[in-house]
Amino acid sequence: MSVVFKKTPVLTDTIMHYCPGCGHGIVHRLVAEVIEELGIQDRTIGFVPVGCAVFGYKYFDIDCVEAAHGRAPAAATGCKRVNPHNVVFTYQGDGDLASIGAAEIVHAAHRGEKITTIFINNAIYGMTGGQMAPTTLVGQKTTTSPYGRDPEHCGKPIRIAEMIATIEGAAYVERVSVDSTPNIRKAKAAIKKAFQCQLDGKGFALVEVLSSCPTNWGKSPSEAMDWIKSDMIPYYPLGVKKDITNE
Amino acid sequence: MAKKLMKGSEAIPEAAIQAGCRFFFGYPITPQNDIPEYMSARLPKIEGGCFLQAESEVAAINMVYGAAAAGARVMTSSSSPGVSLKQEGISYIAGAELPCVICNMMRGGPGLGSIQPSQGDYFQATKGGGHGDYHLIVLAPSSVQEAVDLMHTAFDLADIYRTPVMLLADGIIGQMMEPVEFHEHEKRELPEKPWAVTGYDPKSGRKRSIVNSLYIEVDELQEMNDRLQARYKEIQEKEVMVEKYNTEGAEVIICAYGTVARICKSAIAICAEKGVKVGLIRPITLWPFPEKELNEVMAQDSVKRELTVEISAGQMHEDVRLAINGAKPTDFYGKPGSYTPTAEEIAEYILKTREA
Repeated sequence: MSVVFKKTPVLTDTIMHYCPGCGHGIVHRLVAEVIEELGIQDRTIGFVPVGCAVFGYKYFDIDCVEAAHGRAPAAATGCKRVNPHNVVFTYQGDGDLASIGAAEIVHAAHRGEKITTIFINNAIYGMTGGQMAPTTLVGQKTTTSPYGRDPEHCGKPIRIAEMIATIEGAAYVERVSVDSTPNIRKAKAAIKKAFQCQLDGKGFALVEVLSSCPTNWGKSPSEAMDWIKSDMIPYYPLGVKKDITNE
Repeated sequence: MAKKLMKGSEAIPEAAIQAGCRFFFGYPITPQNDIPEYMSARLPKIEGGCFLQAESEVAAINMVYGAAAAGARVMTSSSSPGVSLKQEGISYIAGAELPCVICNMMRGGPGLGSIQPSQGDYFQATKGGGHGDYHLIVLAPSSVQEAVDLMHTAFDLADIYRTPVMLLADGIIGQMMEPVEFHEHEKRELPEKPWAVTGYDPKSGRKRSIVNSLYIEVDELQEMNDRLQARYKEIQEKEVMVEKYNTEGAEVIICAYGTVARICKSAIAICAEKGVKVGLIRPITLWPFPEKELNEVMAQDSVKRELTVEISAGQMHEDVRLAINGAKPTDFYGKPGSYTPTAEEIAEYILKTREA
């Protein structure tokens, strides 16, 4: 019998703690498959965040570092500078990267740090129980915006991919989504390109992944995927925001 | 090697390099800018060396975290307000059991304080500083030469005990020029770093390295804390360093560290001229604090009382009182902020309080 699908060995057999319908499981698989396909398992170091992916080190079968909230790009910088032959990536959520770690991600990009960042944008703080994130959509109800996000009060959601794309040191920036099979395939291609960018020594690469949080959005898994399409993508347009990898 | 006239904050980074430090991450703050400046000139000229100016002290200490996780000898330096910003990272480094060296050239506080010397960060340095039950090994040089020598000790202790080590100096040590000699140091046996994240090959037989301070299960966190506490106990037993000066048959024992201890030696000479014998206990390790050594000196029949002298409101004096535990009277002389007392002032206080 021919094998049509098998789990990549770069994921451990540990059962993931993610909620049903959460996008993290998909993105973990994509990252692990890319590491396998590029043949870099034995030299890749993962820096996982504070947030829902805090246990990422249990799932990626590679050497891992658990970083402080928002500080993964700084910690990854230290590691990459010590061992430049290592492939170093950070995996961060929107509270971690877009809020508390805004300075660290901007300056890692600004330095053209040769690392790869996978940024999960699910428009909410998941791990802490559904508070408003910088990425929370206008009108979106969360536990700290119970009447819906009011832009007069706390601004409009931040578009990280577009912001990072303005920075000289960023070599490749793309926003993708995991709401549908075609988009998941595109997401994997983007993640692969972001790792290849590092392997080629081109500079900083970031892939923003629009992802689902059915638990904290108060939606079923399929409703959550629909909401990415109907509400998130119109505000967070998909596509390549910057690519100088061929220059 | 011949002696060289060097500023403390240039001698310290040179000593760090000679001790094998190849990575430095820092952020400018007065009065320690010569340290990153020196590193920025030297490290790029050394094979495998890297100096990087971080966007903040917060980022700098997290770069140290990442570099230490990768197995490097790595260091950062700052001054009081900057060291406050590093506390989160230091707690993570302690929790993840990583070695590194942090230099704090103390300036006056609280808040933005001053840029003059101070000893107001004693509590922060010796009691933990960040969240959780941890300690740093805290080394307090009182001369540029001693700072140079202690850099070797600092990196070795960090590696041996897998712990952050702090060189806690006042701004005077950084700004003062003194003759220094860089000589060979006794090589201590250093452990390998199999825990470092360098890349995991499932076929290699080495375990996957995970650098982490998250232990979500109560039992596992307990185990980590027990491991830390056992290590701290071993450090307390083995690594105390202290200078005893003129203590035999002394009537008064001064306890002071850093530059203040040197001023106290001049005060001791003034008192001697007046026929009053005063001795000095100078902790070189502020943590572990030399409790036993202090009490041995205090136990002499000749000793009537103790006097702690600091540029603080009496932070180390709390440890002195805990150590002496009421066996003999203790007293404090000093001011918080940045006022460095003179030898005459200290001697006058000793002589005046004697008459009283």
